[in-house]
Amino acid sequence: MSVARPTRTRKDPALPKSGRRTRATKGDTDAGTPARHGAAGHRTDLLESMLRIRRFEERCVELYSAARIRGFVHLCIGEEAVAVGVNATLTPEDAVVSTYREHGHALARGIPAEAVMAEMYGRTTGCSGGRGGSMHLFDASRRFYGGNAIVAGGLPLAAGLALADRMRGQEHVTCCFFGDGAFAEGEFHETANLAALWNLPLLFLCENNLYAMGTALERHEAQTDLAMRAASYGMVAWAVDGMDVEAVERASRRAVEGVRAGAGPHFLELRTYRFRAHSMYDPDRYRHKAEVERWKERDPIALLTDRMRENGELDDGEPARIEQRVADGIDHAVEAAERAPEEPVGHLLHHVTSSPAEAVS
Amino acid sequence: MGAGGGKGTGATTYREAMREALREALRSDDRVFLMGEDVGRYGGCFGVSLGLLEEFGPERVRDTPLSESAFVGAGIGAALAGMRPIVEIMTVNFSLLALDQILNNAATLLHMSGGQLPVPLVIRTTTGAGRQLAAQHSHSLEGWYAHIPGLRVLAPATLEDARHMLAPALADPDPVLIFEHGSLYNASGELPPPTGPVDLDHAAVRRPGTDISLITYGGSLPKALAAADELASGGISAEVIDLRTLRPLDQAVIASSVARTHRAVVVDEAWRTGSLAAELSARIAEESFYDLDAPVERVCSAEVPIPYARRLEEAALPQTADVVAAVHRAVD
Repeated sequence: MSVARPTRTRKDPALPKSGRRTRATKGDTDAGTPARHGAAGHRTDLLESMLRIRRFEERCVELYSAARIRGFVHLCIGEEAVAVGVNATLTPEDAVVSTYREHGHALARGIPAEAVMAEMYGRTTGCSGGRGGSMHLFDASRRFYGGNAIVAGGLPLAAGLALADRMRGQEHVTCCFFGDGAFAEGEFHETANLAALWNLPLLFLCENNLYAMGTALERHEAQTDLAMRAASYGMVAWAVDGMDVEAVERASRRAVEGVRAGAGPHFLELRTYRFRAHSMYDPDRYRHKAEVERWKERDPIALLTDRMRENGELDDGEPARIEQRVADGIDHAVEAAERAPEEPVGHLLHHVTSSPAEAVS
Repeated sequence: MGAGGGKGTGATTYREAMREALREALRSDDRVFLMGEDVGRYGGCFGVSLGLLEEFGPERVRDTPLSESAFVGAGIGAALAGMRPIVEIMTVNFSLLALDQILNNAATLLHMSGGQLPVPLVIRTTTGAGRQLAAQHSHSLEGWYAHIPGLRVLAPATLEDARHMLAPALADPDPVLIFEHGSLYNASGELPPPTGPVDLDHAAVRRPGTDISLITYGGSLPKALAAADELASGGISAEVIDLRTLRPLDQAVIASSVARTHRAVVVDEAWRTGSLAAELSARIAEESFYDLDAPVERVCSAEVPIPYARRLEEAALPQTADVVAAVHRAVD
């Protein structure tokens, strides 16, 4: 087995050499944390957002081991820069469609940790009322359309969200996350063609973590240059260092601006890596530990922390303060989930149709 | 009764009735749009949407690539975002290419999201055999969709239902599948003026009778009615029930009919094994066992992919004579 290496990305061609000043938008919502000012403040926001996802999922591992949460649980540890960098460029009116590895997308979108954790517990206060679990997080009020556990299954739906916005003259962008595995599915190719053909305001966000579950990219794709393949549909497409949250944000901002301006669908290949196994069930036999360790050298959280230290933007006490805030928030979410009521079994047939359960035959 | 009969003065066809329903929907609600393969310039593969592109333009009568999964999924997404899409899939066999979207998204999102995401989508497709189109254009798979919680499944069999079921389907907050039997498009007759809102919850007694209940839907309704005519001349009074809605099933109409007639024949063009006919038979056994004077009979397609050759195709499908024979087995 060959050892995959972290990929140096091409320079983002549209950006000035000096780098664009990033700024928090309304969409950069981390529940409970007001956006900070200035570039350094924004980097602190990004750091805290990534840490919140990391620590949330580490807590999920503990809770899973303690049998407090069950089912399939897919962790995005290592991939936090993608969720945080992209979400920093969205407005609340934009739509997000995600995959079964979506804790990070959901938290970065601003779904409160309490609602996500309660969903993991299957409680009535969960963001899907306990019907979805880890793989099916939803929040209609934040235009977060799930949590789709069929690889590539969210893509056609995202095209429809984009189509509806376009038909009604709304300048919203629909972002659809999916993995490299989706490239082998017809639904990706059908949707790429449809979106380009109809010039839909859709941003394709391919989280290329090099594995479709346990099958390495070069073992499931004849041509592994995913951005090039996406470009063949007539979309603007390029690859980005998915471990660098600021690179992700810059690329996403440019793509979102293009989509919003009516330039049609855009595609980003976000080159990233999951540090943990595919799911809690996965013994991770299909990749070398050395490969995982090599990628951990490019941990997105460490990368940003180091950069901020070099810039003198992070005083000695700040990391501990951030960690404390994050831990307090997660403690609170877990306590709330533990206390939250379970959905009554009498409600089993609710939400099968919009009409009362008695009408279901 | 609209389906069947010759085209006379002022007569309309099932195809025209459906087109008028589409026209009315597009006129009355800006959120409604039609999309599918060849619905625009071609006029619909069975001519249902002919002229609608010229009237409503390419944004609202939208030709799609041959990508069933993508355009059905796009219908779901557009419905989530507040539109009222009508998606046409050429035939039920092709709908299998979109089964992921129909089952894993359309039927599931409301529940999986804890009630946050209703999917007000209408899917129209053609079903059934009888036109020598062989085994990839002729099957009756509506029963598979009737298996799925979260979907409403309609089978308009008459001119009135072809004309009037679409509006309530569009008003339904949940996904509705409309199965149009290919043999019905040319059926014609006088379309009576509407008598009030059309409900999607109830079966209809198309012909009252006292001796046996013929329970059917869609393209088999004309055959069941023809059988009832033939039986009447032999002194057997058959009641013909048109299910209209295949999910949810109208258990009450079926049970009350069987309580009166004490005998039942289910006529379903799908295969017998694991079918809607099986479900209906089971329900009659569960609900009406002590009303029955004879075992429930089923008339279904032979368990074979529908063949091309006319004699073979006719032999594979339920025919009027098969219904008559089943009635005699139950009555004699």
